[in-house]
Amino acid sequence: MTEEIIIAGFGGQGVLSMGKILAYSGIMQNQEVSWMPSYGPEMRGGTANVTVILSDERISSPYLRVFDTAIILNQQSMDKFEEMVRPGGTLIYDPNGIIQHPTRTDIDIFQIAANSLSIEMGNKKIFNMIVLGAFLKIRPIVLLDNVIEGLKKSLPERYHDLIPLNKQAITKGMESVTQHIVKETTVS
Amino acid sequence: MSELKLMKGNEALAEALIRVGADAYFGYPITPQSEVIEYLMTERPELRTGMVVLQAESEIAAINMVYGAASTGKKVLTSSSSPGISLKLEGISYLAGAELPAVIVNVVRGGPGLGTIQPSQADYFQSVKGGGHGDYKLYVLAPASVQEMADFVEDAFDIAFKYRAPVLILSDGVIGQMMEKVYLKEQVPRLTNEELIEKYGSWAVTGKTKGRERNIITSLDLQSEKMEARVRHLMKKYEQMEQEDMRYEKIQCDDAEYLIVAYGSSARISQKTVELARKKGIKVGLLRPITLFPYPKKPLMDLTPQLKGILSVELNAGQMIEDVQLSVEFKVPVAHFGRTGGVIHTPEEILEALQQKINNTWN
Repeated sequence: MTEEIIIAGFGGQGVLSMGKILAYSGIMQNQEVSWMPSYGPEMRGGTANVTVILSDERISSPYLRVFDTAIILNQQSMDKFEEMVRPGGTLIYDPNGIIQHPTRTDIDIFQIAANSLSIEMGNKKIFNMIVLGAFLKIRPIVLLDNVIEGLKKSLPERYHDLIPLNKQAITKGMESVTQHIVKETTVS
Repeated sequence: MSELKLMKGNEALAEALIRVGADAYFGYPITPQSEVIEYLMTERPELRTGMVVLQAESEIAAINMVYGAASTGKKVLTSSSSPGISLKLEGISYLAGAELPAVIVNVVRGGPGLGTIQPSQADYFQSVKGGGHGDYKLYVLAPASVQEMADFVEDAFDIAFKYRAPVLILSDGVIGQMMEKVYLKEQVPRLTNEELIEKYGSWAVTGKTKGRERNIITSLDLQSEKMEARVRHLMKKYEQMEQEDMRYEKIQCDDAEYLIVAYGSSARISQKTVELARKKGIKVGLLRPITLFPYPKKPLMDLTPQLKGILSVELNAGQMIEDVQLSVEFKVPVAHFGRTGGVIHTPEEILEALQQKINNTWN
């Protein structure tokens, strides 16, 4: 099994740390992992993205143009990464702030309203964990237990009291993700 | 027992440096290698092993601190990125001339000039064709994973002390910034002066004792014949490196009709290209030089009878291609592919370049 994922959004949404938790979860179940971030001026432009690969085999390229799954959290990232999902692959996005919704019909598309859910739950910082939950519901590549173990590894100990809240957010994401059906439009 | 961690390449290198029992790190921050000094400053190795970590006032100061520490036989490392390495080159030439063991790390970014802070491999010439002045070479290790960023610290010191010569670890923004699993070795204690002399001989300036000649560390010799003898001595070391310490990796080369030659991040990306090409029935192999000097000339030459073409892949405008051509003595057509300026080529792009060559010129 190899899963090649791009997570892309604004800086500050927790894109990189979500990728890191995913990578740690992979390690917890003895997988090979790689985490390749955008850095420097790319980030200052307001967008942050990270390529995460989990595999049972040695990982070759950490840098990719085609992905099994794209997790997209802003319009700029939608413009860039929708076309990079392989046919038959998965796209998960938060409709918040999205003006041009995805239009591809050869991939599975899901929505997760993580931004509004995090506000409902009273903590915007768990936004990325809601997204992670949505992803794990659709692509259950790591066990929830291993995600929690991964969280323990990647969070400094002084934040370990936040783990139950993170778990709640992941569960919320799992419950709330919905399929997005692209309406076939005929061009006349 | 080794310890498993998820780390950036730069962090893994820094942690390995502490664990290998290094005595000192001197550096100056620059993207994309700043995590090295950041990590060391956070870890406080002076409390763990007594290792010194010092942010110098400039790259030039740092490399000269390395010269000083290495003169006393200490295990010392400095790291920087491309423009910073250019500043260090005078000191590197002096290290080679004075026969001092030291490790220099370059986490390459795009150039020339201040260039960009995105990944690149455009410092190949600088690394293997001198860079600084005079007849010298650096032993150059090119890590292609976070694990190798950690492991090559020990390997680099081994070589540096075996030959009393500066060693370069040539990494880049991809390998430095990415996180992967890494197994870290156990802490090795730092050597005392007595252990140092026992292990490596008494060449260093550790304080003259009765009954031995004073040791002099210098790269200067105003008598031409003596200077020539020094140069010949250096050349002998480089010959020995070629015979004993050249390293490379071959992937799917047995039945290969075409070959990609790539090191560091490009080797990782090209490995995916090989996978994609094999699915299409194209018989491609990958030869990854692990040492860029000494270069794997013979393994390349040995493959020539079965090859119809070689693609040299680097994140630059075509530098290593010259060594590939010289290695195969132009017996096989060699082409270059690579993006520059901080743009990273994708496995698919490399495959397209390869297919184009196969269809248009190599058949």
